[in-house]
Amino acid sequence: MTEPKRQKRTKSVSVYAPAPIQEEEETHILAILVNNEPGVLARVIGLFSGRGYNIESLTVAETDQDQHLSRITIVSTGTPVVINQIKAQLDRLVPVLEVSDLTIETAYVERELALVKVNCTGEKRIEALRCADIFRARAVDSTLESFVFEITGTSEKVNAFIDLMRPLGLVDVSRTGVAAISRGKNPIGA
Amino acid sequence: MTNTKTKKEEDDKIASIEVNKKAKEMTGAEIIIEALIEQGVDTIFGYPGGAVLPIYDEIFKQDKIKHVLVRQEGGALHAAEGYARSTGKVGCALVTSGPGATNAVTGLTDALLDSIPVVCITGQVPTFLIGTDAFQEADTVGITRPCTKHNYLVKDPNDLASAVHEAFHIARSGRPGPVVIDIPKDIQFAKGSYTKKEKAVMHTHYQPPIDPDMEAIELAVEMMAEAKNPVFYTGGGVINTGPGGSAALRELVRETGFPITSTLMGLGAYPADDKQWLGMLGMHGTYEANWAMHDCDVMINIGARFDDRVTGRIDKFSPDSKKIHVDIDASSINKNVVVDLPIVADAERALKAMLEVWRKKGYKADQKALTKWWDKIDHWRAKNCLAYKKDKKIIKPQYALERLRYFMEKDKREVFITTEVGQHQMWAAQFLSFNKPNRWMTSGGLGTMGYGLPAAIGTQMAHPDALVVDVAGEASILMNIQEMSTAVQYHLPVKIFILNNQWMGMVRQWQELLHGERYSESYTESLPDFVKLAEAYGGKGFIANTPDELDDVIQKMLKTDCVTIVDVRVDQKENCFPMIPSGKAHNEMILSPDADKFDKSLV
Repeated sequence: MTEPKRQKRTKSVSVYAPAPIQEEEETHILAILVNNEPGVLARVIGLFSGRGYNIESLTVAETDQDQHLSRITIVSTGTPVVINQIKAQLDRLVPVLEVSDLTIETAYVERELALVKVNCTGEKRIEALRCADIFRARAVDSTLESFVFEITGTSEKVNAFIDLMRPLGLVDVSRTGVAAISRGKNPIGA
Repeated sequence: MTNTKTKKEEDDKIASIEVNKKAKEMTGAEIIIEALIEQGVDTIFGYPGGAVLPIYDEIFKQDKIKHVLVRQEGGALHAAEGYARSTGKVGCALVTSGPGATNAVTGLTDALLDSIPVVCITGQVPTFLIGTDAFQEADTVGITRPCTKHNYLVKDPNDLASAVHEAFHIARSGRPGPVVIDIPKDIQFAKGSYTKKEKAVMHTHYQPPIDPDMEAIELAVEMMAEAKNPVFYTGGGVINTGPGGSAALRELVRETGFPITSTLMGLGAYPADDKQWLGMLGMHGTYEANWAMHDCDVMINIGARFDDRVTGRIDKFSPDSKKIHVDIDASSINKNVVVDLPIVADAERALKAMLEVWRKKGYKADQKALTKWWDKIDHWRAKNCLAYKKDKKIIKPQYALERLRYFMEKDKREVFITTEVGQHQMWAAQFLSFNKPNRWMTSGGLGTMGYGLPAAIGTQMAHPDALVVDVAGEASILMNIQEMSTAVQYHLPVKIFILNNQWMGMVRQWQELLHGERYSESYTESLPDFVKLAEAYGGKGFIANTPDELDDVIQKMLKTDCVTIVDVRVDQKENCFPMIPSGKAHNEMILSPDADKFDKSLV
């Protein structure tokens, strides 16, 4: 008796609007220059969470102490329409000075730094050092059973290094997220 | 010699600075009041509490700002909104910390969604208690961050004046909105120096765009001149830009001869009794307005934001048109609907620029095409989409509003209408006519039940001699009924016209049409006697049970000199049509006679 009823339910057509079909998502690096005042980061992050945008990585630090300016670098994914919305919404915040979409506006350099802790002994120690050398990672701490490597590069490079360390005894990773800047002589907003 | 002289000069200078400093040193509370006065605030809506007592002390000592004591902080915010919307000035509210601030949140969100300029000052626990879960502590800036245009927590009395000046600037400029200033109690007591408006320290980068890109304007005007089936679609932005916006809109629309429709928020910018006016568009808009939007080839959107209640199903929204979108907020552009020509600018300036180019280039609308287009529109108009079945025994809500409109038109006073939210709000938008901007106060974006009465109080405070009517439903009015007491205290003769059907009418309508007639919790089994309730507060109350009692009751209501409730017992089953069911396109709207044919089995 219950079977046909359930079937009818699943087949029923909602009278409410169907969710729109999603376009393909893209990844963009946004550089945001803000007044370094209390709550500014919360405003930016709150905008992303409140409107359902993605944050893949976020880095922030004061970059101009005299003028109290901070630079936030956000890696976000979304459809082109959503990415444009993100930029327009960020630009609306009062303490935001500049929003620059490095991915489409300019050629840029991106770097991420990671500290990677690997516990290993014997053969694996030698292998870890050899790999680190290939990736130009530096050992910044060492005990007889462990290393801490420092590696900088694109996120992909950092990912690759971490993957490589996994079988060698990877136990801990700390990553900064992406910092990025445009190539050439022009500063942000120019 | 020279050395001593220089030293003396220096000492004098330092002394004079100190004297100056002393003369200008004020307490934080004094600074706030001084800054509000400098900003031209004459009325502030508020409710005292522990964390704002120093400010209330200063209010007590002065007579330039009139304080209106509301009965709940939510009322203060809506009253400030009503004041702002009806005057074009910034509305101002003052509430205490913790519950005072959290009660204000609904009004702030309402003002954000409808772009109403409001500055709300909230008290906060002393700085040394912040973060300790102190009595009546709430993270006000945290809570209000997503529901304000900007907010401040001021921790230095020397920053207070600048914060107030910037708050007013931010609230009123660009796309207007609410701003919160959170002020700890110790900062209200602490001494600091006052900063005048012109010297206020502000965010340098906050400069909303105002002037349109002239190339885009020329392109827009060219598109308009070539249009065969054009339509103007205007919104609250035309009201927000000031009376000049409405004037420019009227000139442009008349000169082009194009039809015009508007959103709920934009009513009044274009006169409703003009022949080019199609009525409101959207979910409960007119047949002709929605069809014109669907079939147009050029859409000129001025200051509206393609809200989902306007567009209906997005992928079928006006499929064959080129869209021009003028908006002061760049984030409104391409948010819901992708447009062909975006223009980020103030509505008034854009309209004036369009008018100038239209005239300078000697453009003429394609009269032949336009005549055909108007024929088509007249054909839609002939549907008479607002028609309803008249009844001799039961008051139809539409009939009640038609009678109200009749008597209001005969009234010599300026008429301001506020509404609550629901069926009555849509009927008011359909059946009352708005011929001037800033005469219509309604909660559009947020849809806040309980908005109308406090908004009417704010409106009446700003316009003491005007006729202010809150068109209400019996469910909505109970959400802020306590403000009756405020209206009595300040002798505000606000008229509350309740279309009482004992149901949350719009909820009931959706349940009937979209949820298989399962009327879950939308019927109010027990309601107060509204006549006695009005009398209990110290106002007047009337009831109309049948159509023949209605005229008399409305006339009585218009004559009272105190807050008055009229309880109009209307048809309990009446639905609001036309209606575009959620998820349908503009050309799929249902009218009153088709309602029976609507396929309820879909759910």
